[in-house]
Amino acid sequence: MSATKVAARAHEPFVRIIKKDTISRGRAYMIRALALLASLVAGALLLLALGHNPLPVYRDMVIGAFGSAFVTKETVRIAIPLLIAGLGVALAFKMRFWNIGAEGQILMGAVCATYFALYQYQTLPQALLLIVMALAAMAGGAIWGLIPALFKARWNTNETLFTLMFNYIALECVRFLQYGPWIDPKQRGFPKIAMFEPAARLPKVFDVHIGWIVAVVLVALVYLYLTKSKQGYEITVVGESIPTARYAGMSVSRVFLRTMVISGALCGLTGYLVVAGANYTLSESTAGGVGFTAITVAWLSNLNPIVMVIVAVFIAMLQRGSNTIQTTFKIPLAAADVLTGLILFFMLGCEFFLNYALVIRDGKEKPNE
Amino acid sequence: MSEVGVVQTIMDFFNAAVLAATPLLLATLGEILTEKSGNLNLGVEGMMYMGAMAGISASWLYEAAMGAAANGLVSVLLAVAGGILAGALGGLIYSVLTVTLRANQNVTGLTLTIFGAGIGNFFGELLGMRAGGYASITDVTKSMFNNIEMPLLSKIPVLGKMLFSHDFVVYMAVIVAVLMTWFLNKTRVGLNLRAVGESPATADAAGINVARYKYLATCVGGGLCGLGGMYISMVRFSGTWVHGCVDGRGWIAVALVIFAAWSPARAMIGALLFGGLSVLRYYMPIKDVATQFYDMVPYIATVVVLVITSIRQGKERAQPKACGINYFREER
Amino acid sequence: MTPLAASEVAVQLTNITKTFGKVCANQNVSLNVKKGEILALLGENGSGKTTLMNMLSGIYFPDSGQISVDGREVVIRSPKDAFDLGIGMIHQHFKLVDVMTATENIVLGLRGGMNINRAARAKEIKEISARYGFVLDPDKKVYNMSVSEKQTVEIIKVLYRGANTLILDEPTAVLTPQETDKLFEILRNMKNDGKAIIIITHKLNEVLQISDRVTILRKGACVGTVQTREASVKSLTEGMVGRSVNLEIAREKLNQTPDRLRISGLTCKNAEGVKALDGVSFTVRGGEILGVAGIAGSGQKELCEAIAGLYPIESGSILYIHGDKTEELVGLKPAQIVQKGVHTAFVPEDRLGMGLVASLDMVDNVMLKSYRNTKGFLVDRKAPKALADTLIERLEIVTPGTSTPVRRLSGGNVQKVLLGREISSDPAVLVAAYPVRGLDINSSYTVYDLLNEQKKKGVAVLFIGEDLDVLLELCDRLVVLCAGRVSGVVDAAVTGKEQVGLLMTHAGGQAEIDAGAKNANGKGVET
Repeated sequence: MSATKVAARAHEPFVRIIKKDTISRGRAYMIRALALLASLVAGALLLLALGHNPLPVYRDMVIGAFGSAFVTKETVRIAIPLLIAGLGVALAFKMRFWNIGAEGQILMGAVCATYFALYQYQTLPQALLLIVMALAAMAGGAIWGLIPALFKARWNTNETLFTLMFNYIALECVRFLQYGPWIDPKQRGFPKIAMFEPAARLPKVFDVHIGWIVAVVLVALVYLYLTKSKQGYEITVVGESIPTARYAGMSVSRVFLRTMVISGALCGLTGYLVVAGANYTLSESTAGGVGFTAITVAWLSNLNPIVMVIVAVFIAMLQRGSNTIQTTFKIPLAAADVLTGLILFFMLGCEFFLNYALVIRDGKEKPNE
Repeated sequence: MSEVGVVQTIMDFFNAAVLAATPLLLATLGEILTEKSGNLNLGVEGMMYMGAMAGISASWLYEAAMGAAANGLVSVLLAVAGGILAGALGGLIYSVLTVTLRANQNVTGLTLTIFGAGIGNFFGELLGMRAGGYASITDVTKSMFNNIEMPLLSKIPVLGKMLFSHDFVVYMAVIVAVLMTWFLNKTRVGLNLRAVGESPATADAAGINVARYKYLATCVGGGLCGLGGMYISMVRFSGTWVHGCVDGRGWIAVALVIFAAWSPARAMIGALLFGGLSVLRYYMPIKDVATQFYDMVPYIATVVVLVITSIRQGKERAQPKACGINYFREER
Repeated sequence: MTPLAASEVAVQLTNITKTFGKVCANQNVSLNVKKGEILALLGENGSGKTTLMNMLSGIYFPDSGQISVDGREVVIRSPKDAFDLGIGMIHQHFKLVDVMTATENIVLGLRGGMNINRAARAKEIKEISARYGFVLDPDKKVYNMSVSEKQTVEIIKVLYRGANTLILDEPTAVLTPQETDKLFEILRNMKNDGKAIIIITHKLNEVLQISDRVTILRKGACVGTVQTREASVKSLTEGMVGRSVNLEIAREKLNQTPDRLRISGLTCKNAEGVKALDGVSFTVRGGEILGVAGIAGSGQKELCEAIAGLYPIESGSILYIHGDKTEELVGLKPAQIVQKGVHTAFVPEDRLGMGLVASLDMVDNVMLKSYRNTKGFLVDRKAPKALADTLIERLEIVTPGTSTPVRRLSGGNVQKVLLGREISSDPAVLVAAYPVRGLDINSSYTVYDLLNEQKKKGVAVLFIGEDLDVLLELCDRLVVLCAGRVSGVVDAAVTGKEQVGLLMTHAGGQAEIDAGAKNANGKGVET
């Protein structure tokens, strides 16, 4: 090293950031695993500060989610809607359409399915009824997703806020039905919608409602759709650059509308599975934040449907486990949200170390090369 | 209804609208400042939750520690400081992730909402558990939020009660709006901040420390959101922790930024309008219209605003150009 | 204005090295500039000129080497450090805030009273303008300014900060010959005022016209510094390219040139309602290269997009003629226009902006327009993969493989992928917009060869270019655009640069142009 080089080094800023060329897969996974670990440590520190020993808390969380056949089924039941809504959200996100209206689309799907469950259960045989409910739910979710897409396609209206406002509007609609027209007279004024008749309830396979099979099939279908189909290719191109998509002769608005119909339909289907498979009724807590958590699921899995299975089960474990630690340790249920937020923060932050390298003054790159 | 009754109803409606508008205004101002630096922080809702929880916790813990000797002024100052600091912490997390670590702004904002709501409800409930049921502050602190009557001005008939008889946070919010207008349009630092949001490369080449401006604007903006949250828990819900108390107001604030076209002055009008819409059902009940439809109105109005602003887009009254895009100087 | 300052060294760079990832942008480069001197920094695109100057202006930080200003060794970590040392850079892509006025842009980032006090600032700016001969309205918003006005703002911004050393990055790229002359006059005024000026360029005639000394860079390394008066076009080229090159572009005149695309009365309005194209009429013939000349933003982009069906057309027609059939393209969808054989290769400023998808690999990029030609719901990647392999071989594209995202390819290779894809679809009309933008000389000539090859096959090539010299050498005819109107169609073989320059600035003044044309060569103007 020449003398001038040394002289320049001495005055150089302490840390500089440079862009990395490529990173091996193994190293990338290691960085992500470290980030996950770091987020759990951060959560542990929070628990410590509150006077809990974090290890038994974490252990109880896992036991609470997988400790017995019963809770495992519960966890799977939580994971199903997260997974399917996550698939729906991922389709929209892939095209850089920030659909955060999954919550509302789930509710609208649930509303449409509930109509048939409450008022048409006698007119149709069970199989047909369940299929009609599913189709109605998908239509409901699709319409709720299509409206913001129409405005986005025509006037480039901000879809983030549009879809979000539609969540609240959907929620008020459900409240209206729950407190008004669809109130169960048997409840004597208590605002509640009647439980579904057995004919409108989904059958079980291995003691969990059939939705898990639907979810597994959909994961494969969405994966193939995104990677192998022409429409999936169009979604990718539109997401990368709208001018390029137009230049290639794609109708950007059609891709927007079509994808949001599918995205909304998947969310609507989620609503159907929740009302017909798990709750057997519709209420204002039917969506219960699934639409928002689905965004986390989609993003944490890098919009990859296969990875989404693992992430959905993991998040479901956090949620189921939080129930347990609430009773055993008196830790508020919101702990699941805090932990989910922390994990996402760390995952978002670690992307930096996949794309950039830090150069510190002595000229050596940090180990995360 | 008599004429006096009508005037009274209008006055009551206006004052209720102001009460509902104040947290919206503070959060909108915070988000305007943030977006002026090119950070599209969608975590307003989360920062408001953090502020709401920290504000009430600060007061409650102080009261619990001091017992009967608690001083209302100190308690309120702690609540204000707690709200601002918690919101600023949210802004800091956001800045570290997006400015330093260059994470996607949209997703980081959404995560901040999930995290902030989680933190708010988590500690809010923890506070409730410690209080043995639900956490609520005493009148010593609450009385500090009583209306301050402006001397002379508040004596003006009708207008006096409407404009010059509010609690101190309302005046604070208006002062912040006025100051921010001046800051953005007349001062060098404001000019630099706007340049950072419009074109960070230009600002950088002009010798402006882009990262510092982004950090500061986002943290101060977050502080304002947190202060708005504090107002919700301390005034709107009279010092009692209510689960899910922010209830989408943060998102309406994000929409109000668009409605106000990034102008603090117009934000005042927007916030008052939306505040009014959210309390409309108590003052203008229409027979046979369910309350749920009234509750829907602000959200529908937001959608309408979004659509209208997107249809007529101008060059100047637009979102700062670099909003949502992270800046890296050596990008090539 | 002290003559004795002329010999003092203002800025000295010694052994500067800078790498980006594995690419070495500058290697042990040394140069200096004296007060009251204009130094030309000459080199091909990609030779590291801008990177080197960015280190002087604080945008980049060198990996090693040292910088001295006025004989003192200094460290420049940020643009602010550079300003404090009296160094100011005028970037090629202007760094201005569109929604702000000239004054606001000029005072940006400066210390001073809390209030801006716009009136006082405007007065100071007027003083500087008067001193060097600028014309500028301090209250004009940047988005209302012409390119040369924006450049004026940039230069005043630097002077306002008290810069003694000015760096101009390709300042003439966006100017007409006439505006260039005016700029050079101002530069001479500043030189006489004792300022040190570095002008980055790859245009040899400008180097000879304006500079006192020339420092030549090649592939990131310094080749040497010569006195301008001892240099010639030939010696400078050899220094720049490393060997003697034939700069002539072959132009073969073909006999068969049937009309292929007849554009008449084409009018388009932009988003602000201003006419971006106004009654544009001309004909593109098969077997010729028709060049489009004009200052940046005269409607070139809109013209390309209108032909490709991407820009809303107010009125006019675009007739596509093949054999004895004539078809109207206006009103067709982009995909339908491509189907007809009208292909457009855009190379936008950021290269990847429109023609390619940066994060996708070559296979996915070459099928961008053809993916829907196969039957069925699924995409077929076999044919595109084969095409990608062929392109890599035929055009010598340097890439680790067909599955590497095109973002990781160098600029020249990206452009080869883009042009290769368009050519491989056997076009009848090929619109090439800025295909050599940012390429080094060798790559540029590969592209010219590709275009000539197409021309010989009978393709109608519309070439939108920036460099007038290239346009005049490569093209058979030139359409000159000025403010959205055709100000002339000339025969490139017999037209001078000055004449085209005049056409670039005189919209609609048909009589004047005819006169100008007669003066220059008396023929070749067809309108």
